Amino acid sequence: MAHKTINIKLKVWRQKDAKSKGAFETYELKNISVDSSFLEMLDVLNEKLVSENKEPIAYDHDCREGICGMCSLFINGRAHGPDDLITTCQLHMRKFSDGETIVIEPWRVGSFPVIKDLMVDRTAYEKIMQAGGFVSVSTGGVPDANAIPIPKEDADEAMDAAACIGCGACVATCKNSSAMLFVAAKVSQLALLPQGKVEASRRAKNMIAKMDELGFGNCSNTGACEMECPKGISLAHIARLNREFLTANIKS
Amino acid sequence: MSNFINSSIGKKLIMSISGLFLIMFLLVHLTANLFLLGGSDAFNLSAHFMDTNPLIQIMQPVLALGFFIHILYGIIIELQNRASRPVNYAKVNQKDASTWASRNMIWLGLFVFAFLVTHIINFFWVLKFGELETVFVDGEQMENSYALVSGLFMNGTTGIIYSVAYIIGFIALGLHLHHAFWSAFQTIGWSNIKWRKRLTIIGDIYAIIIAVGFSIIPIYFLFIN
Repeated sequence: MAHKTINIKLKVWRQKDAKSKGAFETYELKNISVDSSFLEMLDVLNEKLVSENKEPIAYDHDCREGICGMCSLFINGRAHGPDDLITTCQLHMRKFSDGETIVIEPWRVGSFPVIKDLMVDRTAYEKIMQAGGFVSVSTGGVPDANAIPIPKEDADEAMDAAACIGCGACVATCKNSSAMLFVAAKVSQLALLPQGKVEASRRAKNMIAKMDELGFGNCSNTGACEMECPKGISLAHIARLNREFLTANIKS
Repeated sequence: MSNFINSSIGKKLIMSISGLFLIMFLLVHLTANLFLLGGSDAFNLSAHFMDTNPLIQIMQPVLALGFFIHILYGIIIELQNRASRPVNYAKVNQKDASTWASRNMIWLGLFVFAFLVTHIINFFWVLKFGELETVFVDGEQMENSYALVSGLFMNGTTGIIYSVAYIIGFIALGLHLHHAFWSAFQTIGWSNIKWRKRLTIIGDIYAIIIAVGFSIIPIYFLFIN
């Protein structure tokens, strides 16, 4: 069976370091297998650049299984490119046509500064997590897993929220650079469970305060985050975060 | 408290509450306006009622404040949002990810504001501070508001221009409301997967009632009358 390949043109953002001014560079690639993933295609390009004694393109990646959240990339105007419910490593070249020009940019978010080329610094998310995205546990023996009964619906919804891999696609795609979907997922996954409920008020207040302090924008409910989220996290979690935050402020 | 008001959700709550207040106002305004279709006497009575009702008089400055806060916070939020992305994307494709109206709320809002200014100059200012001829309805003397409205829309070419401008203004308002209604409830936290669908449908019905309801008036004067 003939193996299908395509020829493509890439417009890639190149930036030496955080302080340098970047620019687009154009590359041409021939005979790219449509079965290769987007990152494999970039590997082919980098091999070529290395063989030509040029600086390869820096981009984030880790597990390449769609579960770590490391790979980013804004491809042809969309976070993680032209497919739904996937990260960039799960995007395949069959989604592109022969002769197509593909524009690749880093996440453009003030709070995620570019480190180099297509790599951005997502430490801001870690800082939000440190502000309250956890359950404080006193030391002691490990309790039995089923000691506290949890309704199935709550457990399911908490699990849906916990699917968030912190990749940053929601902020990258949001016209306001708002981190609400990320914070909502992290608040929801704990607020729905009895272990997390104890600190729910403090968590919502502290995480939102940190999110604002780090310069993320204000959510305007466009819903783009939900559509681009590789894990399909629902806007309903943002409504829950709003409820948690408002009731936390009314209580105090 | 100031921490809360200055937080992102606090500012959005202000947008939401002031927006819901304006949503209520539009229904009252539309109800009063539809008396135009009942002819001169009906509308003059309705306008006279609005002009003399103490509750309406109390609500007028509150309404002005509602508009002011909604516009002010809308602009503040928009400027902050722009600042949070110092470098823009070279290519953005959001046509499948969000609605056009939701991405352009600030422009729709500013357009509606420009329309509002025109509208105030056309009617509110004249009714409030101008010298209007008076008529007697049921033995009571009152301003002939009907003549003011029909005069604007039935004035040859100028009337047609005003009618078209008003209809465009109402379409922009309808698009603004299409996103605004559901969004206001989402911000307060009164939404989930089920209610989002319901609120979107209710919001669209409301937006259509407002846009079509107000548009009927210039259309009525243009064609039917």
